[in-house]
Amino acid sequence: MPIKNEIARKEIGIRELIEQKQRSRNFKEMFERAIPIFLFLIASISILTTAGIIYTLLSETIEFFKRVPMAEFFTGTVLKPLSQTPQFGVLPLIVGTVTSSLIAMAVAAPIGLMSAIYLSEYASDKVRKTVKPLLEILAGIPTIVYGFFAFTFVTPLLREIIPGLAATNILSPGIVMGVMIIPMIASLSEDAMSSVPNSMRDGALALGSTKLEVTKKIVIPAALSGIIASFVLGISRAIGETMIVTIASGSTKNFTFDITQSMQTMTAYIVEVTGGDAPAGSTIYYSLYAVAMTLFAFTLLMNLLARSISRKYREEY
Amino acid sequence: MEKVLERKMSRRMNMRLLVNSVAKYIFLLATLFGLVVLSVLIYRVFSEGFGWLNFDFITGKLSTQPERAGIMGAILGTFWLMLVVAPVTMFLGVGTAIYLELYAKKGRLQGFIQTNISNLAGVPSIVYGILGLTVFARAMNFGNIVLAGGLTMSLLILPIVIVASQEAIRAVPNPLSEASYGMGATKWQTIKEIILPVALPGILTGAILSLSRAIGETAPLVVIGIPALLIPFPGGILDKFTVLPMQIYYWTLDSSLTAEYANLAAATIIVLLVALLLLNTTAIIIRNKFQQKH
Repeated sequence: MPIKNEIARKEIGIRELIEQKQRSRNFKEMFERAIPIFLFLIASISILTTAGIIYTLLSETIEFFKRVPMAEFFTGTVLKPLSQTPQFGVLPLIVGTVTSSLIAMAVAAPIGLMSAIYLSEYASDKVRKTVKPLLEILAGIPTIVYGFFAFTFVTPLLREIIPGLAATNILSPGIVMGVMIIPMIASLSEDAMSSVPNSMRDGALALGSTKLEVTKKIVIPAALSGIIASFVLGISRAIGETMIVTIASGSTKNFTFDITQSMQTMTAYIVEVTGGDAPAGSTIYYSLYAVAMTLFAFTLLMNLLARSISRKYREEY
Repeated sequence: MEKVLERKMSRRMNMRLLVNSVAKYIFLLATLFGLVVLSVLIYRVFSEGFGWLNFDFITGKLSTQPERAGIMGAILGTFWLMLVVAPVTMFLGVGTAIYLELYAKKGRLQGFIQTNISNLAGVPSIVYGILGLTVFARAMNFGNIVLAGGLTMSLLILPIVIVASQEAIRAVPNPLSEASYGMGATKWQTIKEIILPVALPGILTGAILSLSRAIGETAPLVVIGIPALLIPFPGGILDKFTVLPMQIYYWTLDSSLTAEYANLAAATIIVLLVALLLLNTTAIIIRNKFQQKH
């Protein structure tokens, strides 16, 4: 009898063990299956962010257009949000934004491209390895520091050279923004140029070309799509830049093309309105979203353009 | 006749060589331009601010008198802000990267998320500020506290962390995970025990670099509405706060009225740049230390 009992007990023990094992395996399997779902939920945060941006901008912008007709907003040259009879024309802001971006690109495009040519075609490995990280420092400096630099150093300097330059003007932040964008254009263009295969350079050199001729006639044409894409991304960066223009260009909402005067950009307008604690529900509060929507559309368009240029016209070697 | 031609050719040749070497120096000068501006900027900041940098300035409270103003509140604000941003972005960024690299089937959905992330990386920071203002500060009624600012900043740098983590995960050699599967490990076990530990240095480097972006970012916080007034030191993530860049912003604006504020701004910039330098050095050390393995 005692022996039988023992066997029975053992049988139960083994069965329990198997069941336990089964249960833990089931749990493990469930856990394994739950993980991708959980991770997908995390990944969808980035989609939610985009949806959130578009939804907030769009819904408040629609509210704004109920109060101010769309045509008046996009074609109006007068922006007087605080006057007794407020007027909301966005053109002064667009002119300010485009002007500052063009000034920035006038600095960043030639200097960035020439730096890229030097680094990719002329510099030795050693020079490249020292200069590139130094340029990256330039890219890593916070924009507020550039704003300080523009306002307290570049503007006073320029005012000694250019008489009649206002204390806040669009020229100085434009130039400083250009300096900020140089590393971006230099590094993206250099990537495009370094990916041109050496066999093409060697062919041209063997025919007796100088290095400059190789660069002009072989490397730049072959890397053109990457170079143009870097310019477009630079413009997009300049359009979205906020602190430099807010600090150094003031908040004059004149419809002017005079670069020695203060102009307000779209970004600076957003800062001014939010900093002024516009009461929620007022027209000026909604104008914030309409301007932000315009800004968002501008930069999105530029980014999509840059991507399609570098994808469509990329030459495969 | 032949001699004339020869002379002509050699003159042209010399001209081309001359143009080439002149161009080389022009390109060199263009490259140096950025570095010269960088040195002028740093020299300018130090000459303006270094004299104002002392123990009282760093540990002091904000004050309306420039001589007595300090930035401890801004330093603490930056610290609390990072305490929100770092875990949130690491969690969301690494999770998204694992999903995209190891779970998502290559197809429409994965391509959509990927495109969406690169588009988000190009959205101006001030637009994130408006999102933060609308969603976190107003709709969720957080107001301008650390948590609202931190969540906004997290979304802003999320694309950078995701892309860096993806690259780090992609760089893990396949044989490692294959060996793990061969021993009978499940997918999650392999990720947890093999892939993530190997990818960790790369992930950390990316995360630290993106934090240094968040530390210097001003525009989203201006939009959320960080006050310029004197506020008590923030003691946690639910308090109102200010950060170093905001302090630089207000003092730079005030410098047109009182010149000393420019010195205060410059001194704060030095503190900010030192913090950035420390972060970036940490990132480089981590990268170099673990680069050779595997």
